[in-house]
Amino acid sequence: MLAMNYRGPYRVRAEQRPMPEILHPEDAIVRVTRTCICGSDLHLYHGMVPDTRVGSTFGHEFTGIIEEVGPLVTNVKIGDQVLVPFNIACGKCNFCKQGLYGNCHESNSMATAVGGIFGYSHTAGGYDGGQAEYVRVPYANTGPTVIPADMDPDDAVLLTDVVPTGYQAAEMGGIKEGDTVVVFGAGPIGIMAARCAWFFGAARVIIIDHIDYRLEFAKNYAKCEAYNFKSMEDPVLFIKKITDWYGADVCIDCVGCEAEGNTLQTFTGKVTLMQAGAATALQWAINSVKKGGIVSIVGVYGPPFNYVPIGNVVNKGITIRANQASVKRLLPKLIDHVQSGRLNPKGLITHRIPLEEVSDAYHIFSSKLDECIKTVLIPSTKA
Amino acid sequence: MNTENFDYKSIPGWGIDIDPENEPTYPMKNYTGDDHKRSNYEKSPQQPIDVEVLKSNERPQYSAVVGTTVPPAGLSGAIRRYAFKHSEDRYRHWIPLILADRVNSWEGIFEDLRKGYIPNVLAERGWKAELKYNPQGLVKKVFVTALVASLAITYFSRKK
Repeated sequence: MLAMNYRGPYRVRAEQRPMPEILHPEDAIVRVTRTCICGSDLHLYHGMVPDTRVGSTFGHEFTGIIEEVGPLVTNVKIGDQVLVPFNIACGKCNFCKQGLYGNCHESNSMATAVGGIFGYSHTAGGYDGGQAEYVRVPYANTGPTVIPADMDPDDAVLLTDVVPTGYQAAEMGGIKEGDTVVVFGAGPIGIMAARCAWFFGAARVIIIDHIDYRLEFAKNYAKCEAYNFKSMEDPVLFIKKITDWYGADVCIDCVGCEAEGNTLQTFTGKVTLMQAGAATALQWAINSVKKGGIVSIVGVYGPPFNYVPIGNVVNKGITIRANQASVKRLLPKLIDHVQSGRLNPKGLITHRIPLEEVSDAYHIFSSKLDECIKTVLIPSTKA
Repeated sequence: MNTENFDYKSIPGWGIDIDPENEPTYPMKNYTGDDHKRSNYEKSPQQPIDVEVLKSNERPQYSAVVGTTVPPAGLSGAIRRYAFKHSEDRYRHWIPLILADRVNSWEGIFEDLRKGYIPNVLAERGWKAELKYNPQGLVKKVFVTALVASLAITYFSRKK
């Protein structure tokens, strides 16, 4: 079968790989119909995530058709069209029972700091991902969810990560009616977080980035204010100023470890790897939020550590909430939002590229060419 | 966007998920108390493991399912085995893993060559897309690379 194959930082290709097999009685094999490149895949692509092995297949956002099931799989059957949450979750451990499907204790032997994730390095369990024609899906009784018959497949594939992560970013912000919410990062997750902030009653939603076309897209898609931090001397001061010198009620970090905008963070986090990526957005979030405010983090950071102003967290009494999105927990609500027309996930998709051209697809997304917002890879076996 | 006179309540879905009871909200919201039972929960059967799978030393046994793709091998594998002797708290866990990744990318090239395949590095880096969507940038990159290479060659030949 054809699959994406990681060869080292900035190098990927599509090539033939062995078909995946059932390795556990709760496994399923899924024939992939759509698979996305996520912004967090770029951290792998750029060599930022430890234990990303050459020969791995990335891809944690995918939909497909169940081709084969293990003997203990009862919730889905061969032929079902499913969307597969990016979290690999057993559904039985204490964390899964609390809805913490992103923190499953039975899906990742290689690190306790994160649950299993499809195609996201051995630090996240060493599973092959969905940027392939076929993929092994463990715990098929928990994750795969049958796509409603009337749902557009492009909407479905974005329900595997982008929509739940953006929604949960807003949810964890504990937004109250009338709040001012600042979202750092106008990638797909940031745009979705800004859009979902309105659901929780925000009165003002502001998105900050440095790429004009993305800011323009965010302004139209999420109905929010959009500002380019390169046009301002000091983003934190700017936010203080536009919030009557008070600070935002909620700040959301949708950028993670490859932020730009602070020379010291960039040098220590991206050039010399002296910390787990540049934590510029998180630094700005902490310093821009009001005293007693909430900082919600869904941006991806590496495991070791980052330089952030933790003293300001203490002295301002900030609450920080963060997690990988719990996709399964949120799916019923989000499917309703999509079916009722309140959310239009497929509106984020700007590029549809055959899986065979995965090298170009990664480069386009990584270098933000052709005004790319979101890329979907289409395997030739999708029909 | 000018926010004055902006009727944000007209945005489709505005306020639909307002829930004053939603505190302390996720991830604490659904706390069950089962954490005090520690790992005594129902588990799925253990996946048979027939390849080398490195395990964090912060857990006593493998998770019920494991990823078996790309087992550790070669020099990078040896570095990874060393890294997994140390907990996730230690730099001696993460830094060797990053080092192993870099070694592994060279191993990948040698592996390709050993199989008689010459990797098309430019294609793998997506230069076709660069040429299509950013030809000026591509020219600039080629020019800068050529300039740096020429300066380096000149410098080292003068040193001799």
